[in-house]
Amino acid sequence: MQLRLENFTKKFDNLTVIDQLNLTVESGEMMALLGPSGCGKSTTLFTICGIHRMNGGTLHFGDRDVSNLPSQQRNVGVVFQNYALYPHMNIRDNIAFPLRVQKLDNATIAKKVAEIAELVHIPELLDRKPAQLSGGQQQRVALARALVRKPDVLLLDEPLANLDAKLRLEMRSEIRRIQLETGITAILVTHDQVEAMSMCDRIALMKGGKIVQLSEPDQMYNDPVDTFVAGFLGNPPISFLDAQVNADVFQVGPSQITIADSLRAKVNGAVKLGIRPEYFGPQFGTGITGKISFVETQGREDLYNVTLPDGSVLRSIQAAGPRLKLGDSVNWGISHDHALAFTPDGARI
Amino acid sequence: MNANFKSWPVIAILSLVSLPLLIMFVFQIVDTFTNPYPGSIWPQMFTIEHWRFLWEEPATGRSSIWAVTWNTFVFASTTAVAVTSISLTAAYALSRLNFPARRFFLAGLIVLHAFPTITLIIAIFLILQFLGLYNSLMGVILVKAALELPFGIWIMKGFYDTVPWEIEMAGVQDGASRFTVWWKLVLPQVQPGLAALLIFSFLSGWSEFVLPLVLAPGNDAQVLSTYLSALILDDAKPDFNLFKSVGLFYAIPVIVIYLVFQKKLMNIYGGGSKG
Repeated sequence: MQLRLENFTKKFDNLTVIDQLNLTVESGEMMALLGPSGCGKSTTLFTICGIHRMNGGTLHFGDRDVSNLPSQQRNVGVVFQNYALYPHMNIRDNIAFPLRVQKLDNATIAKKVAEIAELVHIPELLDRKPAQLSGGQQQRVALARALVRKPDVLLLDEPLANLDAKLRLEMRSEIRRIQLETGITAILVTHDQVEAMSMCDRIALMKGGKIVQLSEPDQMYNDPVDTFVAGFLGNPPISFLDAQVNADVFQVGPSQITIADSLRAKVNGAVKLGIRPEYFGPQFGTGITGKISFVETQGREDLYNVTLPDGSVLRSIQAAGPRLKLGDSVNWGISHDHALAFTPDGARI
Repeated sequence: MNANFKSWPVIAILSLVSLPLLIMFVFQIVDTFTNPYPGSIWPQMFTIEHWRFLWEEPATGRSSIWAVTWNTFVFASTTAVAVTSISLTAAYALSRLNFPARRFFLAGLIVLHAFPTITLIIAIFLILQFLGLYNSLMGVILVKAALELPFGIWIMKGFYDTVPWEIEMAGVQDGASRFTVWWKLVLPQVQPGLAALLIFSFLSGWSEFVLPLVLAPGNDAQVLSTYLSALILDDAKPDFNLFKSVGLFYAIPVIVIYLVFQKKLMNIYGGGSKG
């Protein structure tokens, strides 16, 4: 079911945290609300499920206007960060609770619970108490409880934040699988760009109560609208260099970077260059000299920080090879087609 | 006990300090079943005559011990039920709902909690007199429950505060009304507090002395504490062993309740500390 948020405004006392936000999530789509703490992503989520009231604007699920409906009548499934399982009930009763509230008969409830338990792969856990489950299993139960009454929209509030790294990887694909199998419209709130990029069809990157960019993950990564988006996505993060346009090249201190054909007509004067770590290294020739100021080995890959003569730092990530040491001088190149150019105040050129 | 901490010196000191108390308790029990020779404190003859109050007709002007015990039980249990049920709802409101003057109520609770209630006794007396509840068990129950409430509400609020709000929000999202959420999801989480408060206010009612003494001095509403006090104030024929027997009889339920429920009572100090 399509979800449409129009001119949504939210105030806490006199402080406007979200002003005139518009967001449309298509039917069956999984949308990430991504952003740093305090950007309004959770506020938006809690408004969609009805915990917060709107101070302005409308919210539609399909053709149904739910702007002023209480939570109970919105038919939204929510998975909370700490799962919020009911500790005194066993898993079966936890999942059955939304159905019991609807006063369905026992046979129907048992059938639906069994179905959903099958879907999230927990049929053998139904008689346990939440405290006896691992984090990943609790997560599955929370998903089952949110999905069992076939909600119009599924909302996930930082669902992976409480899991350890390995489980997080597993649950990432599990949540996506369940979302695809049920075909439900879903919104994922997260501050982790990896989660957003790996799980969602589209990402809405938020900052200060506004959506800065809304696009598909690879497009957002390769074509960010400003330095904030470019810096938020990617790990290790993008590095920024101050440069001057000098005929056909960007002049960075003593080094020169060829201006890509697509940019040549658009740039002049001072610019900010964004170089992702995978586009800086020995495989792109030479031209940038500096000293290695930080080495981090990640097994398959090595991450280097290279400090240029003017003090700015470039990051490079390369397949693990002959290990360079701190203080070594290097002369590496940049894939100039992939250099992103920004105006000095951060807007993309 | 861990290795660098010997337990026996502690036990020895504690035993020494509690010895006088222990001796008194032992004599309290022994004396109710024995008679000493005149001039001696050592028990000599076994007798159950000091417990005759349990089966003999009461002296004229005295109430039957069973009527008094029943009064005490009604007084304590009604107070406990009233305090617990009102605390459960009031504390939930104070913990979770945003209503006008909430901060005022919270501050008021603390003040009332710390207030020496005996200073209110004259005002309460006048109010009960006005309402026609003076010298009735009902009146004392109302007053006792009202005075216990700040404590009960404060304790229960502490328990409610420890319940994660996500559980309630999840319940609301699952389609349940606020009342269902409270009844089915939140109340089970504060159940230890509920049990502790119920027992605690029962015991508090059972041992209450001043309120019944002042507000219900008549025979009809007499409770065990005032019965006991009337016994010792009777100068005509002092009978200390009878007094001890009634005292023991009065204390037995308290001891039993403590023994059975001590784990639950401890919850009050564990869970209720969060303001």
